[in-house]
Amino acid sequence: MPKDGIGASTKRREDIRFLTGKGRYTDDINLHGQAYVHFLRADVAHATLNGIETQDAASMPGVLRVFTATDFDGVGGLPCGWQITDRKGQPMQEPKHPIMAEGKIRHVGEIVAAVVAETLDQARDAAEAIVLDYDELPAVIDMKAAVQEDAPRVHDDLTSNLCYDWGFVEENKAAVDEAFLAADHVTTLELVNNRLVANPMEPRVAIGDYAAHDDSSTLYTTSQNPHVIRLLMGAFVLGIPEHKLRVVAPDVGGGFGTKIFHYAEEAFCTFAAKQLKRPVKWTSTRSEAFMSDAHGRDHVTKIQLALDAENNFTALRTDTYANMGAYLSTFAPSVPTWLHGTLMAGNYRTPLIYVNVKAVFTNTVPVDAYRGAGRPEATFQLERVIDKAARELGVDPAELRRQNFIRKDQFPYATPVAVEYDTGDYEATLNKALELSDYAGFANRHAESQARGKLRGIGLAHYIEACGIAPSNLVGQLGARAGLYESATVRVNATGGIVVMTGSHSHGQGHETSFPQVIAQMIGIEPDQVEIVHGDTANTPMGMGTYGSRSIAVGGSAMVRATEKIISKAKKIAAHILEASDADIELKDGKFSVAGTDKSLNWGDVTLAAYVPHNYPLTDLEPGLEETAFYDPSNFTYPSGCYICEVEIDPDTGKVTIERFTAADDFGNVINPMIVEGQVQGGVAQGIGQALLENCTYDSEGQLLSASYMDYAMPRASDVPMITVDHSCQTPCTHNPLGVKGCGEAGAIGSPPAVINAVLDAMHRAGKPVAHIDMPVTPAKVWAAMNA
Amino acid sequence: MYNFDFVKPSTVEEAVAALQDDEAQPLSGGQTLIPSMKQRLNAPGTLVSLLGIEALKGISVSDGVMTIGGTTTHATVAAQADAYPALAYLAGQIGDPAVRNRGTIGGSLANNDPAACYPAAALASGATIVTNTREIAADDFFQGMFTTDLEEGEIITAVKFPIPEAANYQKFEQPASRFALTAVFVAKYADGVRVAITGASEEGVFRWAEAEDALSNSFSAEALSALAVPANDMITDLHGTAEYRAHLCKVLTGRAVSAIS
Repeated sequence: MPKDGIGASTKRREDIRFLTGKGRYTDDINLHGQAYVHFLRADVAHATLNGIETQDAASMPGVLRVFTATDFDGVGGLPCGWQITDRKGQPMQEPKHPIMAEGKIRHVGEIVAAVVAETLDQARDAAEAIVLDYDELPAVIDMKAAVQEDAPRVHDDLTSNLCYDWGFVEENKAAVDEAFLAADHVTTLELVNNRLVANPMEPRVAIGDYAAHDDSSTLYTTSQNPHVIRLLMGAFVLGIPEHKLRVVAPDVGGGFGTKIFHYAEEAFCTFAAKQLKRPVKWTSTRSEAFMSDAHGRDHVTKIQLALDAENNFTALRTDTYANMGAYLSTFAPSVPTWLHGTLMAGNYRTPLIYVNVKAVFTNTVPVDAYRGAGRPEATFQLERVIDKAARELGVDPAELRRQNFIRKDQFPYATPVAVEYDTGDYEATLNKALELSDYAGFANRHAESQARGKLRGIGLAHYIEACGIAPSNLVGQLGARAGLYESATVRVNATGGIVVMTGSHSHGQGHETSFPQVIAQMIGIEPDQVEIVHGDTANTPMGMGTYGSRSIAVGGSAMVRATEKIISKAKKIAAHILEASDADIELKDGKFSVAGTDKSLNWGDVTLAAYVPHNYPLTDLEPGLEETAFYDPSNFTYPSGCYICEVEIDPDTGKVTIERFTAADDFGNVINPMIVEGQVQGGVAQGIGQALLENCTYDSEGQLLSASYMDYAMPRASDVPMITVDHSCQTPCTHNPLGVKGCGEAGAIGSPPAVINAVLDAMHRAGKPVAHIDMPVTPAKVWAAMNA
Repeated sequence: MYNFDFVKPSTVEEAVAALQDDEAQPLSGGQTLIPSMKQRLNAPGTLVSLLGIEALKGISVSDGVMTIGGTTTHATVAAQADAYPALAYLAGQIGDPAVRNRGTIGGSLANNDPAACYPAAALASGATIVTNTREIAADDFFQGMFTTDLEEGEIITAVKFPIPEAANYQKFEQPASRFALTAVFVAKYADGVRVAITGASEEGVFRWAEAEDALSNSFSAEALSALAVPANDMITDLHGTAEYRAHLCKVLTGRAVSAIS
């Protein structure tokens, strides 16, 4: 067996180039004759755009051309990849999403004009000479105000600012309402899931290039899914057939969802390069990123939990306003619906659930998937309302959860919100987290904090999430306009080395390390014999990319299927050479042998025979050893876990510090435990960021107040405690070949409610009970709550 | 950033001469000026770097006064101001290592950001700001947010800090920028106590006179118990209300006093 196969904490091979400055990111690419674009962006949120005077700018030094909305004849709008059907069976309202503002400005940061020049400074200089003629309109910012009859309209051609009013499951609504009437106890909670900016370390970059000799276009871009961008931009925006369009996403420095989407800047650079016959490059500044990268979260929710006299959950209903921003970003409509409503059962047996979501257009940056995407919003409200119920009923929050868990003998378990969990053992992760966090010893630590004049609290949260997205037939029924399979081509070279071309994309996930571990295990060679290629549509099979914690569960499964084909064919070759039946050939430790004999061939002997077919079953088999597989999962994977957070509050300043954090996750089988731990650590850090620090804030006029790191607080190393991570509770996924579940988003999903539950617990224990406090729980907010 | 000319004189006289040009601006550590230029919010025709002037660098102590050259970096003060530990501590709390290795005391004081750290130390220490033309008492120097007594083209050459018997700096960080959300510098001298607060007031750094009187009578946190900073002139922003900042003024002053006593 290889020493670094499945289960080995192999160090990440890609880190050598990342840590020594040898990564090749999009901004590291500079093409011969490259020009630069500077986008003039709106500094008002809502306005009628009467005209744009570009003549002076166009005549400035170095300017190649100034573009405005009228220069895109024949160019389509940016497409939305998901259509939601509302409570009445009608499709959502779907406004056009132009590359540049057409007639109206709808959010601060929207592109109004673009200047392409020889240098970036020349482009910026010229942009200052552009004169906009506009009439400002009242901005629509607050979601509840936006859906009032007399609210100004973000889109004049729509009937209202309501994108859709979604009910799930609509048929259950009456039964849910009845259950509430019959309940012995009802807990009600209103909360906000704060708007976030993803802030990957690498800002977005796009370079368009046009080759006149074959009329082909290439886009280099910071994307999590280059094939998706090629399809969306080629087919829907620019009308370039896929065989004339290549999209390359090289090393990408973090995505967190915000690099899934097809953005105007990508289409612009590709379009302008062809117009000007020059490569056109755009590198986002951090300031631009704040007002042009799709934001995350931004839900306003009222949730109610009904319980019977024995504290069993009998029904749940929740009403959410979900901010879409000014336009529908690529997957925006799916986030508050199918990635959110389907998770409202959580880890519990609640028999009746009704979810209502009103998606609302506002004069803000579009909102779309951000690490967890819908599942953090579901988990936060559910785990908060359960904690509130426990407090109201005077029972231990851990025990209230335990009592209502789906039991491990109940799997597969069909929830009332349309998903079927394949496996799980929620008591196991609860018990593991209670043990690792020394839950029983909390009283001592509380007393010790108290002696120092500090408040101490402990909070827990469970989560379940649906990831490894997704079964194409199911999501098709739910409104997805794309399939969500994954692909892999496994190319075995003559001397036995392997190149895997995957449709998955790594932008921090460590695929170059973990994927080879799987193949090494299957064949019995060392992982360094395997190279992973990703990110270029020219040399990878059509794949859907990386998001929704899908890479190992879906992309890895495609690779397994392709490798199985390789092994099957290689056994036939070996059988021919060894003059045996292929049914008798065994592959172990990289060696083919005939069962029950001492006859064997090395892996390299067989691979060489495939390409030098002198002694080869040519009548039965083609030469060569290269196989492709497309894998479409039959279900989501359902990782779950229990997170326990312990905080201390300084009562004088309201400052919250996280003293201990424990994560006990069930990810099924684990390929590389170190990488999985890193994913959890990073996810929890982002969840702590949301809970304590991060907040994207607009004023009533639609100005972005948190527009830089001066006001948008990212978590720093010192804000994040040492996190105890455990994934020893493993109920393997039953429907993918590796038995794996996604792990990339779990930390960001499970941690915010654990943190808030701990903060409120501390306040409660100190005799300053507060029913709820919205994220982020800044010192000022905690102090105000305690001194209200 | 717009184009500009750059000069790096080696004497104060040459720098002053270069700054006679209306379009010229002095450049010290550049921690505020350069970002504002990158955002095209500031467009000097000429930058006159003060960093080539050796006479503006370094720390010396004489007769109970610490003199710090105008272009001495925060990192240098943090590492070398041993004779005034609270000041060294304050310098070590500014920004991050990159900021501390570039930013200078003269630049910070001349900018007088309402949330900067140094103004609190200068005001609480009764420091003297020395320029190429005169000496200005700290009490006269700070004149509100981003406003000082400096004339156009006047250069801070040094800052003289009378070293107190004891002092302490309590900084409560704004979580995003890590500037002071509110910070308090308490300095105890033989002739009385001085308390200066930064980050809190719409008027920039200020002295809390009532606390100074109370502490000069009885140097203990309890002496503050009946006092309160009125919230009227305090800043309200994304990170805290006026009431919260007023509350922090008292909490942090108490902590500084407790740390000393």
